[in-house]
Amino acid sequence: MKRANRTNGEIVFDWANNIFMLLICFITLYPIWYILINSFNEGSDAMLGGIFWWPREFTTENYQAVFANAGLMKSFGITIARTFIGTVTNVLFTAMVAYPLSKERLMGRKLYITMGTITMFFSGGLIPGFLLFKNLGLLDSFAVYIIPSLFNFFNLIIFVNFFKEIPSALEESASIDGANDILIFLRIILPLSKPVLATIALFTGVYHWNDYFSGVIYINNPDLQPVQTFLYRIVAESGSTQMMAAATNVVKTTTSLSIKLSTMVITTFPIICVYPFLQKYFVKGMLIGAVKE
Amino acid sequence: MEKTSKKKLFEKLWSQKYLQLMVIPGIIWMFIFNYIPMTGIVIAFKDYKVTRTMWEADWAGLEHFVEFFTDPKFFNIMTNTLGISLLKLVIGFPLPIIFAILLNEIKNARYKRSIQTISYLPHFISWVVLGGLLITWLSETGMINEVLVNFGILDEPISFLADPKYFWGLTLISDTWKELGWSAIIYLAAISGIDQQMYEAASIDGATKVQKIWHITIPAIKGTIAVMFILAVAGMLNSNFDQIFLLGNVLNADASQVIDTYVYEMGLRSGRYSYATAIGLFKSVIALILLLIANFTTKKLQGRSLF
Repeated sequence: MKRANRTNGEIVFDWANNIFMLLICFITLYPIWYILINSFNEGSDAMLGGIFWWPREFTTENYQAVFANAGLMKSFGITIARTFIGTVTNVLFTAMVAYPLSKERLMGRKLYITMGTITMFFSGGLIPGFLLFKNLGLLDSFAVYIIPSLFNFFNLIIFVNFFKEIPSALEESASIDGANDILIFLRIILPLSKPVLATIALFTGVYHWNDYFSGVIYINNPDLQPVQTFLYRIVAESGSTQMMAAATNVVKTTTSLSIKLSTMVITTFPIICVYPFLQKYFVKGMLIGAVKE
Repeated sequence: MEKTSKKKLFEKLWSQKYLQLMVIPGIIWMFIFNYIPMTGIVIAFKDYKVTRTMWEADWAGLEHFVEFFTDPKFFNIMTNTLGISLLKLVIGFPLPIIFAILLNEIKNARYKRSIQTISYLPHFISWVVLGGLLITWLSETGMINEVLVNFGILDEPISFLADPKYFWGLTLISDTWKELGWSAIIYLAAISGIDQQMYEAASIDGATKVQKIWHITIPAIKGTIAVMFILAVAGMLNSNFDQIFLLGNVLNADASQVIDTYVYEMGLRSGRYSYATAIGLFKSVIALILLLIANFTTKKLQGRSLF
């Protein structure tokens, strides 16, 4: 019924809008598709260019070369370890600190919140941070990935706003049964907070997975660099000896570019697989964070 | 009297000992990782060398600030920092709003959701991957030149990242590509909160689509736009470090050296800790002032503010 009422102008608008949206989707997806097909193409053949829609000389050699490179594999290990440990510790620690702050009766609450809010708008900057890490002995140690990112005040606000919405009756009945606040937090609050835990875990996980800069400035030991740092070094120092060795020692047809592309695919793939399932959570999570305080 | 109230206070504190036990580690963490570095700012006013502690170092007064302001690169660095941010603010800021409004006009819910999911995707790709890809694509033998030359748009390939004049535009385009969908989330949510009856009433009155967008949608999300705008203005001196760090090089340095990259270069590459800290402090202070101005202005104009 409504359809019949549409004016010509509206029909034109809808068409134009649909075409515009398809264009956006194409522009978004094509670069990713391009990396993918080129990473599955023979490296030396890809050098000739002209591969736009489909691999010309299909091969998995680039991936074999990546998996055969011990340095790269080690850096994948570092990335996986820091993402897992870093995410779990950050989410639990931040949630733990956030829970008391969601209670109005907490003494010193205002002071704590003010202390945190200041950190959102003012910081010591790169160098004082670097010097602190140096004094704490965090340089060139795996802990530099975990401890400095253990806590995040922005995420804390999201947690606080979420915890405030949980009906207090649940906690009250538990405290009558003699459970203390820590037990209530662990047994009642955390299980009820899955959506917000998933959101923060996604944000933190993506940070850890994609962070290359910590590896560049705080780490010298190549055994401790995460894969993004490894990739950064290939990109910044293209044609590095590390890479050329990787490219040539396995099979002749791979090039440093084709190795680069397949490494990009491998590093990006896990996140791309995960985020659509968490979409409804992070959209909500971002809103809770943005609405108040 | 005094004693009993003190006792009561203590009793209250004791009754919430577990809550305090949970919150204190976070406060200690903030103290160490946020507040101790803030005291480290003192080296901006000193001549800090690694051989002595920052408290023993000689005072330098405002020497490092004066050096920065008279640095022959100062004008260039400020132009780049503000220029890139302004470009992103003027052109980049409205785009997610437009995208959100137009996406909201897509009626098929499933189609709309798919577009949304696709539009978030680039946000999850790291700058290292995107930067590496762009360096490859924009090179003389890269894919962009291949297409442009094949279509006859260019006579011969251009090495885009080797020429400063393309740099600002490239930062705008790559930033938009990466964050368009992600930045739109907040506006989409604001739009979804609008009462549908308002649109129906407007339809009965014979309003066109554009009129509905102009008179219902945009006024309804004005507050959200204001808050995001304050944050964008406050962040104007914060460049997208990762992006500029990856795409910048010696050849395009005239257009790509910004405060953040200069701090990194002076501080960690050249080991001039005091100088780099002074530049960083200058940036933080200006950013704080910008935040307060933007907050004040929007409060006056819109009645919406952060604090």
